[in-house]
Amino acid sequence: MSPSQAPAPIDLSSLRLDTALALLAQDEDLPLPAPESPTGYLQHLIDGLCELSLKDPLTGLANRRQFRAVLEREVDRVTRTGESALLLMLDIDRFKLVNDSHGHPAGDIVLQSVANTLANCVRPMDTLARYGGEEFAVVLPGCQAAFGRAVAERIRSIVESTPITIAPGVAINVTVSIGGSFTLPWVRSPISLWIERADHQLYRAKSEGRNRVCLDFPPDSTVSAEEKGLLFYDVQDQDDIGTSTDQSDPADSANRK
Amino acid sequence: MSEALKTTPAEAVSAKVLAITSGKGGVGKTFVAANLAAALTRRGQRVLVLDADLGLANLDVVLNLHPKVTLHDVFTGKATVDEAIVKAPGGFSVLLAGSGMVEYSRLTPEVRDEFVRVLRSLLPRFDVVLLDTGAGISDVVLFAVSLAGEVLLVATPEPTSLTDAYAAIKVLSMQQKRRQVRMIINQTVRPGDGRAITGQLQQVLDRFVSTDTGRPVRLIHLGDIPADPSVRDAVMRRQLLSINNPNSPAALAIAQLANKIDETVLIKA
Repeated sequence: MSPSQAPAPIDLSSLRLDTALALLAQDEDLPLPAPESPTGYLQHLIDGLCELSLKDPLTGLANRRQFRAVLEREVDRVTRTGESALLLMLDIDRFKLVNDSHGHPAGDIVLQSVANTLANCVRPMDTLARYGGEEFAVVLPGCQAAFGRAVAERIRSIVESTPITIAPGVAINVTVSIGGSFTLPWVRSPISLWIERADHQLYRAKSEGRNRVCLDFPPDSTVSAEEKGLLFYDVQDQDDIGTSTDQSDPADSANRK
Repeated sequence: MSEALKTTPAEAVSAKVLAITSGKGGVGKTFVAANLAAALTRRGQRVLVLDADLGLANLDVVLNLHPKVTLHDVFTGKATVDEAIVKAPGGFSVLLAGSGMVEYSRLTPEVRDEFVRVLRSLLPRFDVVLLDTGAGISDVVLFAVSLAGEVLLVATPEPTSLTDAYAAIKVLSMQQKRRQVRMIINQTVRPGDGRAITGQLQQVLDRFVSTDTGRPVRLIHLGDIPADPSVRDAVMRRQLLSINNPNSPAALAIAQLANKIDETVLIKA
């Protein structure tokens, strides 16, 4: 209620910003803040730090923190809209072999290359994340069950056919196993269960021989017009003619099968 | 019996777990659970009714219970299971989830594990556990149903209720590999309605739902509960029908249902 008081002007020289600036300077994608006004300068710096805190430094993909935030938002959305969304978990097959036989720098190159390949496979609205180690995650909003397999299969085959140059004149190919699960539309389900279901499919893909896609489909609860027609036909019919109850009993014949 | 609740030989004598569920809400699930529990108790069974809708079931409302301690307090370590079990007017035991459970982010893996642990610990002390689940196919319902050896599905004869019942059965058979579901048709108008409805549902399932085993889910018609104004009266007074109006058509139908469950489901090997 009191008349707005002008905030005390910020004296940039009294803030300890060296570490923050050094962090931003390490990332060539982030422009260093231009010293226009103190507020603009700090806003730039804060935006840069936020961006850094959501990214995986090696691959530039979303990190686990941002991945979880995106999943939470997606659950909010499907609960409200009834749309379906797909979560894919990917794991590079036999990644340890790459590290062991070509060294960790080669392993890093492989991770970066797979991240690039993934980025070229998905729509701008999708979120790519490095989930940990050699494991990646893709969140695909508005992905219908019918298209899920095609998307996952495309990712798998493109990764398989993309050679990765790990040293001058040395190229290798890697494969990925992919597990995926859809959200339950209209249902608020914790993201931990969604991840667990996708992880379970990834485990299946691994144990069934790697370099493959396993998906868990949402329970099909749709009832077609044809099914509805048959469901009510007899009931309505009986209402119309007011049949007595001692006529032949469909449940009995069905149960005796 | 589901994997999670498999008993060891030492606990071989343990309760049968029955889930009471429905496709659509408001078809009388909780009313059936409470009154069936009372009827089974009169037949000498030790009965526990468990709020498996994690705080959203209206058991406390139907039975006029005001427990101070609930499953929520058990999960958070504030109380023991025994402190949370209350005796209902019909002589059976009730375990309510408590409204605090709703604030939990619903069915986390921790809540799930805890739920299984509590249920397991109670099995040796009862003959039958009725799980009062939510309606539809949310993950909470599917989880609760997955713990039960038998599913009792309540539906009313309206097309909306039948469509949702059909959808729920479809999911139970395809996703959970249920082989059979027992049907209770509530608020029927004429004798034979429920049996005809069950038969109708079975025919459509046979035609449209295929399972891994190649055999569609089998519906067993457990019984009807006729539309009866005394049900509304009992619910409004928050009393059991068997206490409020023991000779009403609906009360007699529920006693008959209990009879049938006793003889076909609870029969000791």
